[in-house]
Amino acid sequence: MSNLITREKWQTIKSRYSIYLVLIAMIIVCNSLNENFLSPRNISNISAQISVTTILAFGETILIICGLLDLSCGSVLALAGVLSVYAFKETGSLTVAFAVGLLVGVLCNFINGLLVRRFNIPAFIATLAMMTVARGCALLFTKGQNIYQIGDYVWFGQGKIGFIPLPVFFMIIVGILTWYILGHTSFGRSLYAVGGNEEAARASGINVGRIKIGAYLINGAFVGLAGILLMARTNVGAPNSGQGYEFEALTAAIIGGTSFSGGLGTAGGTLAGAFIVGFLNNIMNLTGVDSYLQQVIKGAIIALAVGYDMWAKVNRTRKSLSAVRSPDERKEAKG
Amino acid sequence: MQKNLLEVRNISKSFPGVKALEDVCFSVKEGSVHVLCGENGAGKSTLMKIINGIYQPDGGETLIRGEKVEINSPIRAGELGISMIFQELNYTPEMTIEESLFAGRWPTRKFGRVDWKTIREKTIKLLRQENLPYDPETKLKDLSISNLQMLEILKAISREADIIIMDEPTSSITNKEIEILFEKIADLRARGKAIVYISHKMDEIFRIADEISILRDGKVIETRPKDQFNIDSVIALMVGRALGQGYPKEEVPRGNVVLEVEHFSGPTGFADISFNVKKGEIVGFAGLVGAGRTELVRALFGLDEHSRGTVKVHGNPVNIRNVQDSIKNGIVMLSEDRRRYGIVPVRDVKENVTLASMGQFFQKGHLQSAKERSRVEEICKKINVKMASIDVQVSTLSGGNQQKIVLSKWMLQDPDILILDEPTRGIDVGAKVEIYKLMTNLVKEGKSIIMVSSELPELIGMCDRMYVMAEGRITGELERAAFSQETIMRYAMNMTRKAV
Repeated sequence: MSNLITREKWQTIKSRYSIYLVLIAMIIVCNSLNENFLSPRNISNISAQISVTTILAFGETILIICGLLDLSCGSVLALAGVLSVYAFKETGSLTVAFAVGLLVGVLCNFINGLLVRRFNIPAFIATLAMMTVARGCALLFTKGQNIYQIGDYVWFGQGKIGFIPLPVFFMIIVGILTWYILGHTSFGRSLYAVGGNEEAARASGINVGRIKIGAYLINGAFVGLAGILLMARTNVGAPNSGQGYEFEALTAAIIGGTSFSGGLGTAGGTLAGAFIVGFLNNIMNLTGVDSYLQQVIKGAIIALAVGYDMWAKVNRTRKSLSAVRSPDERKEAKG
Repeated sequence: MQKNLLEVRNISKSFPGVKALEDVCFSVKEGSVHVLCGENGAGKSTLMKIINGIYQPDGGETLIRGEKVEINSPIRAGELGISMIFQELNYTPEMTIEESLFAGRWPTRKFGRVDWKTIREKTIKLLRQENLPYDPETKLKDLSISNLQMLEILKAISREADIIIMDEPTSSITNKEIEILFEKIADLRARGKAIVYISHKMDEIFRIADEISILRDGKVIETRPKDQFNIDSVIALMVGRALGQGYPKEEVPRGNVVLEVEHFSGPTGFADISFNVKKGEIVGFAGLVGAGRTELVRALFGLDEHSRGTVKVHGNPVNIRNVQDSIKNGIVMLSEDRRRYGIVPVRDVKENVTLASMGQFFQKGHLQSAKERSRVEEICKKINVKMASIDVQVSTLSGGNQQKIVLSKWMLQDPDILILDEPTRGIDVGAKVEIYKLMTNLVKEGKSIIMVSSELPELIGMCDRMYVMAEGRITGELERAAFSQETIMRYAMNMTRKAV
């Protein structure tokens, strides 16, 4: 029996920390491929590059855990960004600009939440609609033109706190916030419960609707923040920016071990997932891999990562499966 | 002498840390029903999965019609004439009967086109031959569970299976449907098929068995013809100890009325229900499947809506619109569908147990981890949950332990009134007794219990008072002294009104 327990424990450890092992392995390989890889400058660059999509990925993590998802974050990011830039040009106040950005993100996601909660539209469809609407709004508002000469606004993207670039600083803050929400608050517990079994959560007295809307609101704040950072980093209020970012964000979350069936996922995993993607992009650039080929490789790695995870899950469960399990439970079980 | 259609000899199978089967010998004769019984985890499912080719045994041999065979996949099992009907049927809701009957082996014409004409002809012929009044074009989603089961049996027949394995086929069908199923089984037996029937239910076992084998801890303890067993001896062999009367019931002095329900009606399912529950009392709700008991308690717990009626807790009228309302008023419910409404399978024991009372462990929303761990460990120990630690996923636990997790969850709430809807469904005899004991302890602590069950013996054994429902209404109320199966069934079938 004690043998069984240690095996189970070991499996838990393996499944919980395997993503970090992959990350470490990757650092070792990348470092041997290019000696500049681990230089503070390069690491700082990578961190700044991935900051925007990683912030989005934290939002997606919260949503996916709860059995939801946001396809609209790329578009809402653009809308929040251009409105924030516009607000800055009108008022000259960074505080107002910051507030407008967050507010637009939260508002759009409040609508996402309402569509899902009140009208029972599947999250995929609701946010797909929002994706188009928000992009349209951003283009309408700017008449399709970029907003240039954004002045001091660039501070959000290029300022530093100590030696840490502001976007990286915000990424760390958002990461800590996500970690705290998921692991240490009753709201986080409820997110896992709703995603793991919505009916059971409801029958345990959890207000499922409120949790779902709450998840979207938090995601909204993250998206708004990401919008501000992206505009400031690129020095332009671009209504066309952020296209495809929803997939970058989803990729990081999924590689980080967030389960699309809901109820599983961590902030640390997502951060590791984001860095794995970031390192991959970086090392392919440093070693001069063709940029079209890069896309092919990235896609293949997503399939591989998730494929391995699923395979390991099934294998683990099959091995540790005692005699009484029924087929349904086997599907649900993980390590 | 009938010959053995299926025989396994000295089968063993281990999983990491668990010896699931040890030296198991088991055989079924043609034209007979062999019942396999044992507690959950005794190894019944493993044995059946080995026979069906899902698992490979570590040792031993399998013989079909006296010839040694190797069954390495369910497909191979099918070729050998073995057909298994699972406890929980997996089906494609949008398929029609005829599509599903020939699923995976649709006859085809040129270019792989499916030959629908032949399928239709064969289906109609089969339905007529088996005397079943189904329309081949009916979609599976429109069939009841028992009809789906019948369809599985039909599939087995159409594949000319000789060995049919049924895993607890009556766990979710009504008594009337059970009769139809049993007629079919008798018919199959008369045609010389060998049937392996897995069940917990004693009355069924003794009705249809020719032979009974009892499995315990991965070993076959006893195999005998039915008439050499009786219910007590079967139970005793299953649990490895004599169960005696079986119900750890203790009389507790009853206090004031804690719950009073008047003219409670739902949009559908139940109407004009009035009853009360006293402190320290176990009140049973008996009735046939479909009598509206589950609908009633779901509405009472706020999971579904009710259209009219009043509910008073401790004499104060309360308005129950959702689960939060009922929890606030000290009412909690253990649902009949544990997997759907009870547990979050991918999360660990700790999170499942504290799910309904997070307020106790989160100060201003912040988790107090140490307090949570110690409380969960304490309560799990108190009701004897068997697990490696409180950090294991609930999906890895057995049904009985999952049920205890749900109970722990509600006990943390320290409720006044517990609604237990089929608290012992699908769990083994040992765990059942533990749950009965727990119920007794709860009423001793001054709590009240509403118990809904389809197993009359357990209602009779545990309740102080009982309401009987039929067709959505209460048809009778009985004190413990007046309990008898006959009286209850009379009310349940509403025969007093029809004066049969």
